[in-house]
Amino acid sequence: MFFEQIINGLTLGSTYSLIALGYTMVYGILELINFAHSEIYMIGAFIGLTMVSVYKLPFFAALLISMIGSCILGIIIEKAAYKPLRKANRIAPLISAIGVSIFLQNAVLMIVGPQARSFPSGLHITTLNIGGFRISTLQLLILFVSIILMVGLHFLIQKTKLGQAMRATAQDKEAAQLMGIKIDHVITFTFAIGSALGGAAGVLVGVYFDSVDPMMGFFPGLKGFVAAVLGGIGSIPGAMLGGLILGLVEMVGAVYMSRYKDAIAFAVLIFILLLKPTGLLGRSVQEKV
Amino acid sequence: MNYYLQILTVIMINSILAVSLNLITGYTGQLSLGHATFMGIGAYAATLFTLKLHLPFLISIILGASVAAFFGFIIGVPTLRLKGDYLAIATLGFGEIMKNILLNLEITGGPMGLRGIPKVTNIYISAVALFLVIFSLNRIMNSRVGKSFIAIREDELAAEAMGINTTQFKILAFIIGAFYAGLAGGLYAFLFRYINPKDFGFMKSIEILCMVVLGGMGNTYGAVLGACIITVLPELLRSISPVIAQYRMVFYGLLLIIMMIVKPQGIISAPSSNKKEYKNSLEKGGQ
Repeated sequence: MFFEQIINGLTLGSTYSLIALGYTMVYGILELINFAHSEIYMIGAFIGLTMVSVYKLPFFAALLISMIGSCILGIIIEKAAYKPLRKANRIAPLISAIGVSIFLQNAVLMIVGPQARSFPSGLHITTLNIGGFRISTLQLLILFVSIILMVGLHFLIQKTKLGQAMRATAQDKEAAQLMGIKIDHVITFTFAIGSALGGAAGVLVGVYFDSVDPMMGFFPGLKGFVAAVLGGIGSIPGAMLGGLILGLVEMVGAVYMSRYKDAIAFAVLIFILLLKPTGLLGRSVQEKV
Repeated sequence: MNYYLQILTVIMINSILAVSLNLITGYTGQLSLGHATFMGIGAYAATLFTLKLHLPFLISIILGASVAAFFGFIIGVPTLRLKGDYLAIATLGFGEIMKNILLNLEITGGPMGLRGIPKVTNIYISAVALFLVIFSLNRIMNSRVGKSFIAIREDELAAEAMGINTTQFKILAFIIGAFYAGLAGGLYAFLFRYINPKDFGFMKSIEILCMVVLGGMGNTYGAVLGACIITVLPELLRSISPVIAQYRMVFYGLLLIIMMIVKPQGIISAPSSNKKEYKNSLEKGGQ
């Protein structure tokens, strides 16, 4: 039982990690909580569902198309709602982000209706029995896909020129600009990557729980942000670690207090804010005048 | 009660909510996404004081507002110590948790809510309440405390350098805002005679935020104007087409984005303390 809860926690946690990456990357560069991220996750799931159920595509093709679709959506949101506010005070982009989130959520609600739909992935799912412990192949698949995506992201950030530009921009926007980095491109690219990961998380969770609905982004979005803060906001390995820890804490906690399962993530947030606001892997940054 | 009188009463209650969120978001520059939660705490507390302890109306709603203020303190202390936008997420999460608790507790009636609240709130009581809120708020904003709030919004670092304890003042703004919101919640409960956790959810918080953003952040009368528009508009839309009124959240979302891009200062723009001082100094011959 306990072992199974740990596997459940890691599976769920890996999807939180994927969501947290989107928050942490955008926050690292723009210092903006991208509230629309939870809606990108939800729309990603709907794109995947449409591809599988309407166009009868195989699961992995649907996952890829959903990632591309989320990516484009992320870029559009950035250009339409955040870019005009680059020079405004802090609170304006935040309110605009909430506006995008409310708008997308209710627009989807208006189009598809409030009822949840099942996700016919067409995958052949069995339950493996390893030394008395049961693991479903679906869980292994989700863990596998998440790890591949995260390793890919790590490679992109650490080894490519674009990744270098992203790290430089996160460190000091003006200095990066002086070095000839096109900040606007970097920001667009950051949104694109973060959104693609969010969309992938949406499809994976949609398949995992076999349920997709317009309100599905709310709690995972909140928890993805908590995971990002837990790992240290702005830190990419932190987001991965934070997601896994949050997933574990939540699943183990759910055994004892199932009615307040969603409250656990929030309690975690308050504890980090009180004890170590920079998060597990975050560096404390001295504020400059 | 007459339909129009009822709407007027709701406008007053919504105005108190908008004015109190404006204190936190407009004047002090801290984004709260759980303002309806404080309204809900005030409504539930006031109702329970009346139904269970049989306290009189006035004492109940003031005690209810105090309970809301206490929760504002509890949530404000960990989150307002930090700079940045943690407050937005923390208040969002807090709202959901509170809804969760209200839905599960026995004393709050769970998802059924609370019924049988005596009808006390009327147009006069809500008008007096709104007047007292605006009057006291103006007194606060003209005092040292109010100037500190605005200083924090304009530049937190500079405010700190001037010797303002920014954390303390941010928490204070949050407590006062929560108190007023709790008061509005009490009035709401005694107007509609029935409360339910869903009345005080995230949607309501966004509605209050829309009032403030539309009317003008950092301007008390702007917030009142925003409350009038956002209260009357759905009623008008409902008479034209019920479908549009049902999906008004789509409109609210667009409204927030467009207002931020086109007219972030709202319909009634707030006088920026910076510009005013600058103009004054020009008139005095550049001193």
